[in-house]
Amino acid sequence: MRQQPFEQAHAATWRRLEALLTALEGNRRPPPTAPVQRLPRLLRSVSAHYAIAHARGYSPGLVARLHTLVRRGYRQLHQPRQRWPGHVLRFVTAGFPRAVRRHAALFWLACALFFGPMLAMGFACTADPTLIHSLLDGEQVSQYESMYDPTSTRLGRTPEHQADDDVMMFGYYVWNNVGIALRTFAWGLVAGVGSVFVLAMNGLTIGAVAGHVTQLGFGRPFWSFVSGHASLELTAIAIAGAAGLLLGSALIAPGRQSRTAALRANAREAVPLVLGATLMLVLAAVVEAFWSGNTAVPPPVKYAVGATGWLLVAAYLGLAGRGGANAQKAQEDT
Amino acid sequence: MQASAPDVAHDTGARIAIDTLRQFETPEGIEIALRLAGPVPRAAAFVIDVLIRIGLYLVLLQLLNLAGVGMGLLLLALFALEWLYPVFFELRSGATPGKRAMGLVVVHADGTPVGASASLLRNLLRAVDFLPVLYGFGLVAMLVDRDFRRLGDLAAGTLVIHRDTAVMAPALPARPPLAPPGPLDVDTQQAILAFAERGGALSPARQAELAALAGLSVPGSADPAATLLGIANWISRGKSD
Repeated sequence: MRQQPFEQAHAATWRRLEALLTALEGNRRPPPTAPVQRLPRLLRSVSAHYAIAHARGYSPGLVARLHTLVRRGYRQLHQPRQRWPGHVLRFVTAGFPRAVRRHAALFWLACALFFGPMLAMGFACTADPTLIHSLLDGEQVSQYESMYDPTSTRLGRTPEHQADDDVMMFGYYVWNNVGIALRTFAWGLVAGVGSVFVLAMNGLTIGAVAGHVTQLGFGRPFWSFVSGHASLELTAIAIAGAAGLLLGSALIAPGRQSRTAALRANAREAVPLVLGATLMLVLAAVVEAFWSGNTAVPPPVKYAVGATGWLLVAAYLGLAGRGGANAQKAQEDT
Repeated sequence: MQASAPDVAHDTGARIAIDTLRQFETPEGIEIALRLAGPVPRAAAFVIDVLIRIGLYLVLLQLLNLAGVGMGLLLLALFALEWLYPVFFELRSGATPGKRAMGLVVVHADGTPVGASASLLRNLLRAVDFLPVLYGFGLVAMLVDRDFRRLGDLAAGTLVIHRDTAVMAPALPARPPLAPPGPLDVDTQQAILAFAERGGALSPARQAELAALAGLSVPGSADPAATLLGIANWISRGKSD
């Protein structure tokens, strides 16, 4: 068949596909009159026309036009249509804790890298009041000291922020803490070194401040401030670190695949860890801004809430999403 | 055409020189090609996005009039703009406003539109691509990689390609068909058809110059450009009409 009769025979189909694609590609939802269900069939026909036109050496202009139609159609046919609410719910109830348990070894390694320096530095700083100056400069030290001064009306805030709104502190905690967690993850790509460094440095700093203010006799305000959100925040940082180590391990120990392939596989696995850590940190920011700084609540209550928080986090990460009817389903999703 | 390695371009002579085309086979059994975008249009898109974000920051600064609550909202907005701005737009239409302006779009390695997981990954890992200064790592990775992928793209398995614009087939000017002087091979036929379809955009002098290069002459037709148009009509319509 020559080109011209071929064009005449199929031009109507091409125009139909083109009109449908234009409707689907718009920013708005396609009009209900658009015959969306015809897309697969139309795309199959035009794909065949494209193959024929190419093989028969029809004019380059025609081949290019069909090629473009096919590419646009392919894009539309494979457009992901996600059902967000169900997706998010399954992720929170099962997907995230399962992902953490799948990478338990890296999670514990990240915990060791984070809590190890924290405990060591904490005890060392309780014993030696000058040790904190090896890590932080004088201005930072006095800032931390004033944050946990027992005479303060709001805990965990510097004097100039005393009167500020809880909402402001919430914004600050999200911006700062989640940003740190996301960077901890991303810098894991530098062969894991970045994550190890951020985990250890944060561990040392937190330990130093805790040990230092305790040794100053500010233990009560400090511990009553941090107890509420510590479980969520510290665990989330460790999880973000584990996600970074997962990226790094693809480059250090790719196993029986290329480093690129290992990186792609591990990065996909790291996504639920990072997302879950982000959600935990947002939750921690809520607690930190609206509960932890509140001096009206007596410290014993705060300690009780803090201990409950650790139990809940451990139970959630250890038990949520085990077995049950939706186990199979979530497995398919991941 | 061979299909030995799915993502490697194997094509006939003319197109192999264009190494920014990535070809792969779709489930419909045809090969389609993606046009990869290099560092320059992507950097331009990034600059546009930065300008848009600066504009948004300036608007958001008005929140400071609300004191504490406003400051909190501002910080939340900063966080969202810094980390989620590209993800939001990539999931919505496959491209941030800057990429859209440059005609770029983000896709998976198999040409399908980018999904939530891949988009999140490639944008979180911007933090590494940005190191040590101004996308240093990202640029090196793009220049080394055959598909112009920065580190975030490598980890997420994504490509940045030029968006398809709707092209109308340029109509072949209708002329009385002329039989070619002898059998023509496929490449020559393609060249003649391409000349006939696109010649309208060239000046008459350039048309004549190109047509003379073809070196085809038909008895009874002196003008080489008109000869080629006639042969093109013969190829696409046949001699009958």
